[in-house]
Amino acid sequence: MNLFYLVAFLSIFFSLLVIFSKNPVHSVLYLIVTFFTFTIHYILLNAQFLAIVNFIVYMGAIMVLFLFVLMLLNLNKDTEPMKSNLIKIAGVVAGLCLLVTLVGSLRAVDTSAPIVLKNPGIGLVKNLGKVLFNEFLLPFEVSSILLFSAMVGAVLLAKKDPK
Amino acid sequence: MEVAFLIEKVVLVTVIFAISLGVAAYSTLAERKIAAFLQGRVGPHRAGWHGSLQPLADGGKMFFKEEIIPAESSAFLFILGPSLALLTACIGSAVIPWGQSIEVAGRVIELQVTDINVGILYIFGVVSLGVYGIMIGGWASNNKFSLMGAIRAASQNISYEIAMGLSLIALLMMSGTLSLKDIAAQQHGFWEGGYIWDGGYFTWNFFKQPLGFLLFIICAFAECNRTPFDLPESENELVAGYHTEYSGFKLGAYLFSEYINMFVSSAVMATLYWGGYNYPFMDLASSAFGPTLAAILGVVVLFMKIFFFIFFFMWIRWTIPRFRYDQLLHLGWKVLIPLAIANIVITGIVINIINYL
Repeated sequence: MNLFYLVAFLSIFFSLLVIFSKNPVHSVLYLIVTFFTFTIHYILLNAQFLAIVNFIVYMGAIMVLFLFVLMLLNLNKDTEPMKSNLIKIAGVVAGLCLLVTLVGSLRAVDTSAPIVLKNPGIGLVKNLGKVLFNEFLLPFEVSSILLFSAMVGAVLLAKKDPK
Repeated sequence: MEVAFLIEKVVLVTVIFAISLGVAAYSTLAERKIAAFLQGRVGPHRAGWHGSLQPLADGGKMFFKEEIIPAESSAFLFILGPSLALLTACIGSAVIPWGQSIEVAGRVIELQVTDINVGILYIFGVVSLGVYGIMIGGWASNNKFSLMGAIRAASQNISYEIAMGLSLIALLMMSGTLSLKDIAAQQHGFWEGGYIWDGGYFTWNFFKQPLGFLLFIICAFAECNRTPFDLPESENELVAGYHTEYSGFKLGAYLFSEYINMFVSSAVMATLYWGGYNYPFMDLASSAFGPTLAAILGVVVLFMKIFFFIFFFMWIRWTIPRFRYDQLLHLGWKVLIPLAIANIVITGIVINIINYL
């Protein structure tokens, strides 16, 4: 339990650093550390497959692409667009609205009874595969089609116009 | 029991670290000797017998060189880059089964640090983290050439990771497990089940997945940033790419991590496709010398396979010139990935036919 609180503190700490750091590349690096703490959370929950997939896909691929794009853009003070006061005020109002909503909804939540998993090995690859390809076969295939169409769309956008 | 277990694992980890660092150090000498051999030269031969102390001399030189941190760079990230590269190179060896279990003083010791049941995916994760060392170092150098090197490294690693994963899936479909220990155990011996007309077959995965192995070794070259895929550091267009600004031990860490990566990926290839610690007539050896000696012989065999692959890495380096960048991406996306998918489909059909028979 103590380990959970330490890791949870680190998750929140690094996700705050993502927001507060001025340099976008530093932000992405903090985001990578945040994802790493999520991986530890999954391991604490005995969800090995989810942990390693989070590790490979989010930390190893998606964040590399984020970093790649930010390094190419090379953002700094000179390229930053001027933000008018109106936009800043609108941002503050929107942020406060979100805060009020979140606090309000959290107040309405009761503590539920602790859920005990019937099968503690549910997060292992073998069990997950069986569940995914038997009970949830249709949603699985539908989401794969969704990803596929997104990929085709991206290729179409990247293609040069035939003239 | 608990203390003995801890001591056993600490000793095992220390030995594996020492061996991988030692192999990496002597790979630098081997690289220069093999280059010299292939080009009809002598190679380093002054320090010690035939240059056998050259790695120590190189290491000493790296330690005593001046450390330079560019003034306009981010110092923390500049140091983090090579540290991360060395760290990710070292941790990959944790899930490799180095041999069968041996018995020391009445205690059975597994020659593997940990057998997690997602072993291959762990190696995959470590490989995908490896690129951060290069990217962070290249960006923190605040140098256009270094940045180009870092960006090349990122897109190259991501492209070849996909083909690598797909080439592995065909292997996993056959083995039905992600644990490297089980995969190594499935390739027991060399030939199984009598004569070929009685349904005998090679147990090593290479003979079942030759195309998968070919794809995997190409991707391993790309992931290790070895020639012909060393575009992140191509010295004659990017002036050494991501490590242009590095000097002293931080440069040494980058160079060293490349050799450790080569060692670990050779070990992975040997384990996945070339039978790992298995060798022909191992049951005979086990009954003749006892299981412990036979297992130690297996470790020796695994290291021979690893050294062959390291030699192969170097052989290719001094044989094939570097790809152009568009050729590299063309090969990755339009050749390797379709081939890997075709390999998966063929493997699936063949498995079904064999099960049906």
